Amino acid sequence: MAGSGNAHLRGDSALLTVRDLVVEYATDAGVVQAVSGVSFDVLPGETLGIVGESGCGKSTTGRAVLRLDPGTRGTIEFDGERIDQARPQRMRALRRDMQMVFQDPVASLNPRRKVRDVVAEGLVIGGVPAAARTERAATVLAQVGLDEGRFAELMPRQLSGGQAQRVAMARALALSPKLLICDEPVSALDVSVQAQTLNLIEDIKTAYALTVVFIAHDLSVVRAVSDDVMVMYLGKVCEFGDADLVYERPAHPYTRALLDSVPLFDAERGFAGPALDGDVPSPLSPPSGCRFRTRCPRAEELCAVSEPQVREVRGDQYVACHFPLHDTDSGDLPIPTTQHASGR
Amino acid sequence: MDKEVGDPADPVTPILEVRDLRVHIGTPRGVVRAVDGVSLTIGHGQALGVVGESGSGKSVTAKAVMGMLPRGAGCSGHILFQGRDLLTLSPSELRKIWGTQVAMVLQDPGRSLNPVVRVERQLTEGMRRHLGVGRAEARGRAVDLLVEVGVPDPERRLRAYPHELSGGMRQRVMIAIALACEPDLVIADEPTTALDVTVQRQVLDLLGRIRRDRGTALMLISHDLAVVAGRTDRTAVMYAGRLAEVGATRTVFSTPRHRYTHALLEAVPTIDHERHTPLRLIPGTLPDPVAPPRGCRFGPRCTAVRTECGAPGPVMTPVGGDHRVACCVPVPPPDAPPLTGDQDGR
Repeated sequence: MAGSGNAHLRGDSALLTVRDLVVEYATDAGVVQAVSGVSFDVLPGETLGIVGESGCGKSTTGRAVLRLDPGTRGTIEFDGERIDQARPQRMRALRRDMQMVFQDPVASLNPRRKVRDVVAEGLVIGGVPAAARTERAATVLAQVGLDEGRFAELMPRQLSGGQAQRVAMARALALSPKLLICDEPVSALDVSVQAQTLNLIEDIKTAYALTVVFIAHDLSVVRAVSDDVMVMYLGKVCEFGDADLVYERPAHPYTRALLDSVPLFDAERGFAGPALDGDVPSPLSPPSGCRFRTRCPRAEELCAVSEPQVREVRGDQYVACHFPLHDTDSGDLPIPTTQHASGR
Repeated sequence: MDKEVGDPADPVTPILEVRDLRVHIGTPRGVVRAVDGVSLTIGHGQALGVVGESGSGKSVTAKAVMGMLPRGAGCSGHILFQGRDLLTLSPSELRKIWGTQVAMVLQDPGRSLNPVVRVERQLTEGMRRHLGVGRAEARGRAVDLLVEVGVPDPERRLRAYPHELSGGMRQRVMIAIALACEPDLVIADEPTTALDVTVQRQVLDLLGRIRRDRGTALMLISHDLAVVAGRTDRTAVMYAGRLAEVGATRTVFSTPRHRYTHALLEAVPTIDHERHTPLRLIPGTLPDPVAPPRGCRFGPRCTAVRTECGAPGPVMTPVGGDHRVACCVPVPPPDAPPLTGDQDGR
């Protein structure tokens, strides 16, 4: 999984292209390798889901696209323009087209502004006149299902979590962005509110012809909204591809383990497969070769010395693994080396 | 062993019986009836799942059992542990029960462990005080417990501080602490909510193994329906301080009869959810805790609501076996009679 390599990139037609993204933080204990050479692209109008556990770099990746954090290397191209070197002024203009919704909805709203002002803030910066701002705020609030008369004058602390997340979405929509990055948008919400919010994301995506990057740890939530899925582990790409393929025929052992760890409603089985041993290693000193090898049931010597590159396993599905899982029925996977063991 | 009460051979007295529990908590905006007439039973060695959203009262119920309610909260009803009402016992009698015969595992192991005390002392202080075990023996037992909960290199971990452990390891240590005095009942309140999915899996497997090996009864509280579905004998569904439905887990999940349970199950995306197909919605929002609706508290959001759902509202009614539902317009049963009475209390 130490997925470097660009086999899964789709080139010029993408709205967003990220190549060899590296994000590192210096800490007292050493350098945290949060994202290590991640490449992906997002086609216009599609939703890319990014899944993985804590420390896999999924949120860092989302923030890096908007250049919210320093210490980022790599190439980021948005709508045909290289933005990784863009000057702050240009970046401010670009961010109107690239909006973000964060995990903690209440904390992401300015606590001292009324809902209407929170929503219209980006328009103020854009120089839109006051009357037009008020009208626009009313429109987007209505689009996210909040009645302007009831909510516009409220303060963020008077909102429930679900309402605050709607306000955050209205704020993003006010600028009519092209790209919406949602970082764990529903993980702080109750089940019934989560369903409402997911449906809303789907609705506004259609209404605004949005391209969406949807970052979440919950595999079921990601499946419900994503066209393509990227699975990350410890700063690297494990698997990338069409969501149905990745969920139904996972090629990376880590993807398989994630899916097997999702609790099922089926009381007889509980889980679809065996548990994964151990914990995620420290990003301060990730394992050599494939970063997943210390927990991987299929790991062999090769995995410790050589980092697997992202390569195609079947149309629309890419994996960074020396010994990917293959279908027993069709056996259509290319097998990389002769000594590749049966594993488990 | 070290306990004399709560013999698992006594099948008649449930290990825990909560009767008509009411908890009132004063807030600046008014009184919240956090738990409003809830009755629950857990048999010896049985696992009861309690599910619900924010404000359902699931955690407050557990806190009432453990005596962890906020100061000033009013609590009435009966909490019978092995037949003795915890709400009438003296503090010294309660100290012999809390932490020993009934133990709790909390959501955030980072905050529920003492950050400045090594694992060894946190793990052994309960046994030394309540079981009268000497220092050396307590240490030996602590090592055994860490092995049992799957902590590698236990000797070294005993000397560690909580911050030196990963989240999954901390939760294992929490579970070991809960088990230290060999409780008859473990209450786990969102034990895996702060954990990653692969670590959550490990901890859920661990809780299941403990139940099998030790015969410990379990109250498993979670907002995640699937966490409870695969791991409990019976399930209680709570909404806004009240019990909506209780029955065999398999029955509640396969043939829910309460309109809320039904709607909630439909609203959860599953791992094989077809992409871009809208989720079924529960309209509206959770009720205001200081001014809940009269009658059925789910009424304002229910698609099947009728006039009889208003005050006084539904009461718990058996719908077959020990499956009980508080709904005036229950979901019709499926053609085949639902499976009931399949809890076996292994």
